[in-house]
Amino acid sequence: MADLWFWLVALLVVGWAVLDGFDLGVGVLHRFVAKTDTERREVLAAIGPVWDGNEVWLLAAAGSMFLAFPRLVAVGLSGLYLPVIFAVWCLILRGLGIELRSHVSNSLWRAFFDVVFQVGSTLFSLLIGIALGNVLRGVPIAEGVYFEQGLFGGFEPGSPTTGAAGHPVGGAVDSYTLGVGLFVLLTLTAHGANYLRLKTSGEVNARVTRWVPKLWAATLVGWLWVTWSTAQVTPLVLAALPHKPFAWVGMALIAGGLGSLVFALLQRRELLAFIGSSVFIAGLLVATVACLHPVLLRSTVDSRFDVTIETAASGSVAMQSGLLWWFPGLLLAVGYFIWVLKHFRGKVVAARDGEGY
Amino acid sequence: MGDPLLWHRFQFAFTIVYHYLFPQLTMGLALLIVVMKALALRPGGEGWAPVARFWVRLFGLNFAVGVVTGIPMEFQFGTNWARFSTMAGGVIGQTLALEGLFAFFLESSFLAMLVWGEKKLGPRKHFGAAVALFIGSWLSGFFITTTNAFMQHPVGYSQADDGTLHLASLATYLFNPWGLAQYAHTMVASVVTASFVVTAIGAFWSLQGVFADAAARNVKIGTIAGLVSAFVVAFPTGDHQAKLVAAHQPASLAAMEGRFESGPSASIHLIGQPNVRERRLDNPVSVPLALSFLAFGSFHADVQGLADFPEESWPTNIELLYYAFHVMVGLGTAFIGLMGLANLLRWRGTLLKNKPVLWALMLAAPFPYIANTAGWMSAELGRQPWLIYGLLRTAQGASPTVHAGSTAFTLIGFCGLYLVLGITFLVLMGREVLHGPGQIEPVETHGAPHG
Repeated sequence: MADLWFWLVALLVVGWAVLDGFDLGVGVLHRFVAKTDTERREVLAAIGPVWDGNEVWLLAAAGSMFLAFPRLVAVGLSGLYLPVIFAVWCLILRGLGIELRSHVSNSLWRAFFDVVFQVGSTLFSLLIGIALGNVLRGVPIAEGVYFEQGLFGGFEPGSPTTGAAGHPVGGAVDSYTLGVGLFVLLTLTAHGANYLRLKTSGEVNARVTRWVPKLWAATLVGWLWVTWSTAQVTPLVLAALPHKPFAWVGMALIAGGLGSLVFALLQRRELLAFIGSSVFIAGLLVATVACLHPVLLRSTVDSRFDVTIETAASGSVAMQSGLLWWFPGLLLAVGYFIWVLKHFRGKVVAARDGEGY
Repeated sequence: MGDPLLWHRFQFAFTIVYHYLFPQLTMGLALLIVVMKALALRPGGEGWAPVARFWVRLFGLNFAVGVVTGIPMEFQFGTNWARFSTMAGGVIGQTLALEGLFAFFLESSFLAMLVWGEKKLGPRKHFGAAVALFIGSWLSGFFITTTNAFMQHPVGYSQADDGTLHLASLATYLFNPWGLAQYAHTMVASVVTASFVVTAIGAFWSLQGVFADAAARNVKIGTIAGLVSAFVVAFPTGDHQAKLVAAHQPASLAAMEGRFESGPSASIHLIGQPNVRERRLDNPVSVPLALSFLAFGSFHADVQGLADFPEESWPTNIELLYYAFHVMVGLGTAFIGLMGLANLLRWRGTLLKNKPVLWALMLAAPFPYIANTAGWMSAELGRQPWLIYGLLRTAQGASPTVHAGSTAFTLIGFCGLYLVLGITFLVLMGREVLHGPGQIEPVETHGAPHG
């Protein structure tokens, strides 16, 4: 039962990364690829009807995680207190950026909220990457169940993330987690570029098209770096890979996603490229969580203190009752999403769809 | 102030009070918008269309701010109240996840369609989008009040040896009698806020001599909904809620009423200052026998005073609890009076010519916000010193590894961010109100939709 919930939560996290991932990436690119007010309204209209729904996947994932693994939420969020609150502020800022921009047709007002939206999206992408880095690297959970670590530290060249006694010498942000953060930022930006290319035309489309190959080249370099450093920092994670069937599923998704992405970029097929990057991101996450399973949050002090599926599980009645409504709930959500997409097909045209952005 | 607990409490109190300024309008307004749009669909009801369109725009702005200020609430369970989350997550995780799947997905999918999709969808589907937002926001309200009700009056759980709470019955948890009463009271109170705001803007336009037709419609729907909701929020929902407090949280009732000594034939104190050190109410003005009757249905029933309870189980801030409760009840009574007068004048056809009453209706807009906030303060201060009533003390619920410096820092950050947000929000609301409802047909806009 706890295993099933692990994968249900993982499904929501993957859905969130793929869906919110593209609108975060669009936010990162916003002012770089759209220069005039009409172009920027085109960019915002391209994500306008869906960005909020995409973000709800994060809240649904957090809620389901709370239902099934309350201790993970409690230990993880309180231990990463400052980065999590910073991320929340970024979410507030980017939501306000996109929602308040259109209310006043003054160029300074709009320029201000364009920056707010872009900076909020960029920092949030970086911060969730740093959080992922903490999950991969582990955090200093010891006897007291909860943990505490510095915000930053551990940037000296060649400094090991885990010290002699196993205690991290770094903080929430160290050279490894910052690297993972930058990689996530790059990947989501490249993913957002694929989406934006699909939904825009004219000048914006031409600019994004020039960005796409460079972004994906950088993402692949970043991926190799992250894989190599993960092997150095937490050898356990990668060593588990051959023994986990779902990790092979993830690897297959990665290969398929990358293959169709490269093919689509060469053939200039915009939809296929976006599907390719979605599958690639899903594959990365599936492989990662499969390698972590059954650990939810690793302790760098001693594996006795790991937060695992077993130690964090909420209880059988909670998990069984949750199953009763979880699937209907998700089906409804997918239904609404399809309804929105039906009214939102094809390329956006700022003059027609840009109302409100 | 080296005690992190105070900072955690300040931060949660500040962010939740601020957040709830927005949903309390949008939940009530969603209902009124559904009514306005239904009226607009009827033959001869075209005049309601621009009014509904105006309120949809204000709804969109309030909803957006409600969404972004709601995000911190979800995360603060884990960041600031980790021990509470570890202990109770196995129960309250149900409603938090339910809210995400059943309310947030619904609202987020249809919000953009409601606010910007009228031309694209046509009147009937657009009405459907309004209904979707109404259902979504009232479901969200249900799940979150149920979560709070578990903290007020825990049901449907079992406790493991290590103290962790497990869900025992989802149905018992969801249909907590305390929760149902609290839900009814809260939702009707949000209709009070929406009615007063709708009325106030109608009164403002009327006094300004602009948008006469829309002003009259606002005043009409606002005063009717205002009278009904102001009455229902007091009786039966508020009355029922108070009886539950009397039955299950007697020390809280005593503190709310400023009652220190126990005894039969208890009176209600309309005003007076609780003097906790001397254990008495200074300068009281009282209605004899009223408390016994309201709490227990008999004029001579025994009502316990704080003296009956050990001091460590007293609510931790008796003064604030007393005033919060009195402000809520006092304002609630005034609302019935004001809306009763307005409806009487409207029935006689003289309301829109009566400047003093229009002034009063216009200036009344902030007071339901104060009453709602005071009501929640009564509930939450009344729950103290418990975080989960009878099971977990507030002092035992906070995150053990987050120290005062971190929380003070983030609280200051929230204050700064919300100050800027609040000013921006008020400026935008002011522009919308001055701009008014616009024409009967949707305006073809390119560029600024309404700037």
